[in-house]
Amino acid sequence: MNYLEFEKPLAEIEGKAEELRALARKSEGMNVEKEAAALDKKAADMLKDLYKNLDPWRKCQVARHPDRPHCKDYIEALFSEYTPLAGDRNFAEDHAIMGGLARLNDQPVVVIGQEKGSDTKTRIERNFGMARPEGYRKAIRLMDLANRFKLPVVTLVDTPGAYPGKGAEERGQSEAIARCTQKCLEIGVPLISVIIGEGGSGGAVALATANRVAMLEHSIYSVITPEGCASILWKDAERMKEAAMALRLTAQDLLKLGVIDRIITEPAGGAQRDKDAAIKAVGKELAAMLKDLSGRKPADLVKDRRQKFLAMGEKGLAA
Amino acid sequence: MNWITNYVRPTINSLFSRREVPENLWTKCPECGSMLFHRELAENHNVCTNCDHHLAISPRERFTALFDGGVFSEVKVPEPIADPLHFRDQKKYPERMRAAQKTTGEKEAMLVAEGEINRTPIVAAAQDFAFMGGSMSMYVGNAVIAGAERAVKLKRPFVLFSAAGGARMQEGILGLMQMPRTTIAVEMLKEAGLPYIVVLTHPTTGGVTASYAMLGDVQIAEPNALIGFAGARVIEQTIREKLPEGFQRSEYLLDHGMLDRVTHRKNLKDELTTILRMLTGQTPAVKGDLPKPEEAKAGTPAPETAEAAKKPAEG
Repeated sequence: MNYLEFEKPLAEIEGKAEELRALARKSEGMNVEKEAAALDKKAADMLKDLYKNLDPWRKCQVARHPDRPHCKDYIEALFSEYTPLAGDRNFAEDHAIMGGLARLNDQPVVVIGQEKGSDTKTRIERNFGMARPEGYRKAIRLMDLANRFKLPVVTLVDTPGAYPGKGAEERGQSEAIARCTQKCLEIGVPLISVIIGEGGSGGAVALATANRVAMLEHSIYSVITPEGCASILWKDAERMKEAAMALRLTAQDLLKLGVIDRIITEPAGGAQRDKDAAIKAVGKELAAMLKDLSGRKPADLVKDRRQKFLAMGEKGLAA
Repeated sequence: MNWITNYVRPTINSLFSRREVPENLWTKCPECGSMLFHRELAENHNVCTNCDHHLAISPRERFTALFDGGVFSEVKVPEPIADPLHFRDQKKYPERMRAAQKTTGEKEAMLVAEGEINRTPIVAAAQDFAFMGGSMSMYVGNAVIAGAERAVKLKRPFVLFSAAGGARMQEGILGLMQMPRTTIAVEMLKEAGLPYIVVLTHPTTGGVTASYAMLGDVQIAEPNALIGFAGARVIEQTIREKLPEGFQRSEYLLDHGMLDRVTHRKNLKDELTTILRMLTGQTPAVKGDLPKPEEAKAGTPAPETAEAAKKPAEG
C-alpha cells in the first residue's frame, strides 16, 4: 500500500498494529490481539475521518494514486470478450488509449479509455496515459465503428492531459482532439463516460463529451492541473493547493455545476483501498446509464448530447 | 454621496481613460524594431511597413478594415452568469475582468458581427488576445454559438478569427466545457451546409485550437502566428530537448499539413471573398471598387441580403 502524504499518521498506526502482530508471531504465548484490534479501530476511524472531507488538493492526490484501479482493471473485470482494436490507420498505435469491442453484461459495446500503466515498464509503454494524436484518431475510428454497427460507446477517462510533445504537435494534437470531441457529438448511439481518476483538460473532453457523465467520488476533472494553474496565475507552482481549491475540480462541485450527472461512491479510504468494490460500483453505474439511454433513436441521442452541453453554465456555485 | 465622488472623480477618470487619443503616436515593431507611426500602421492593417510583421489588431479594427465601407452590425451575444466559481487567485476574477474591459474598451474577448466583404454577406467573429489572453470563457462560447446561429438564420458563411491562450482558468470546468459547446456551433454550420472558415492569428493555443479553431472547412493562418496545443516551454520540459526554429508557427504548420494556407493580412479580405463565393456557388466578386469607409459612413449602407449582394457583382 502506498500512503499519501496526508495519510502519514494513518500509516503510523497501521504500522504499529502490524509490528505488534509480527512480534506476537515470533514470541509464543504473547497475546496482543486486543491492543492490535484497538489500533485497527483507531486506524479505521481515522481513515473515515480523513476521507470524509477531503480538500480539493487531497482529492487530486487520491485521483492520481498509483494503486487506484485503472482503465485496464475496469475493462478486464467488467467486460467480457474484450477484443482490443489497434491503430489509427495513419501513423501508429497509441498505447495511452486502449479500446475495442467488448460485452458489458452480454451487450456488445465499444469501450475506449486512457490507461496510465501500473509499474515503470507499463507506465512508459502507456506514456502515463497521455495520448498523442494517434490515440484520439483511433478513438474516432472506434466511435465510427460503433456508430455503423449501432453499438453503445463506453469511455473511461483517466489522463493528466494530452501529451505535450514535438511529434504530437507536428501531427496535429489539437486537430485530433477537436475532431474526437466532434465525433462524440455526432454519433447516433448512446455514449456514456466515467471519470475514474484524472480528467485532464482537453485530453479528457475528447472522450467525455457524452450523453451521461459520471465521476468517481474522489476523481477530478479540470481545465488545467492545479500545478499549471498555480504557476500561471500565482507565478508559483507550489501554490497548487490554493489553485486546486479555486478551480472547483471535485466531483461534488461539478455535479452542482451541472457538468456531470452522477457521482459514484468509492469504498472507505478511496478506490485504491478496495479495487474490487470500486470496479463493481462503476459497473453498476455503467449498466444504469446504458439502461437509461436504451431504445432512444439516433437523432434523439445526438440532440440529447447537444442540449446537455448547450445548457451548461446556467448554474453557478455559491461563494 | 457627495459631488466629489459622484461627479468630479468620474470626470477625472474619464479624462485619463479616454481611448480616442493614443497615448503614444509611435509603436515599435517587436520584430525589426522600426518605429511605426500610428496612422501608417493602422492603414497597413497593423502590419509593420518595414518587415511585414503582423502586430495584434483588435476585433473592432479588424472588422472596420474587413467589411465593405467599414460597415458592420454587432450580433448580440447572450450574457452568461458572471464569475460562476467566485474565482480568486492573486486578484479576484471580477477585478481582472474590469481591468481587461478598461484596457480594451470591450466587454469580453470576442466580437461577433454581420456585414459584407466585397458585397458578399457573412457573419464574422474575432477574438481579442488583449482581453485576458483571448481566453475562452462562457461568453466566448456563447459568442461562437450566437455567430453560428446567426449565420444559419441568414444562410451566410461564418468566418472566425481566432486568438487565444486557451480556456479561461477563472471559469474552471465551465471554461473547458466551451470546447464541446463551440464544437456544437461548428456542427450547426455543417448541418446547414454553410462554409466555416477559420483564420488563425497570433497566438492561438490550448483548448481553442483543440476545438473550434481547428475545425474549419478551410484553415487559413496569418504569417508567423504561433499555433499549437501545448506551450513550447511545457514541451521542452517534457521532452528535454530544444525545439526547432519556427516550431508551432504558421509556416511550420503549413509544412506539416495542418493548414490550407498562410495569408498576409492585407490579402485576407479578397482571399476570403474568393473562397467563400466559390464554396457558395456565387459569381466572382468585383473587387477594388468599393467606397472608402468615410464615404460609406456618410452615404448608402451596404445591401443586406445575399440576393442584393449578387446583383452589383454580376453587373
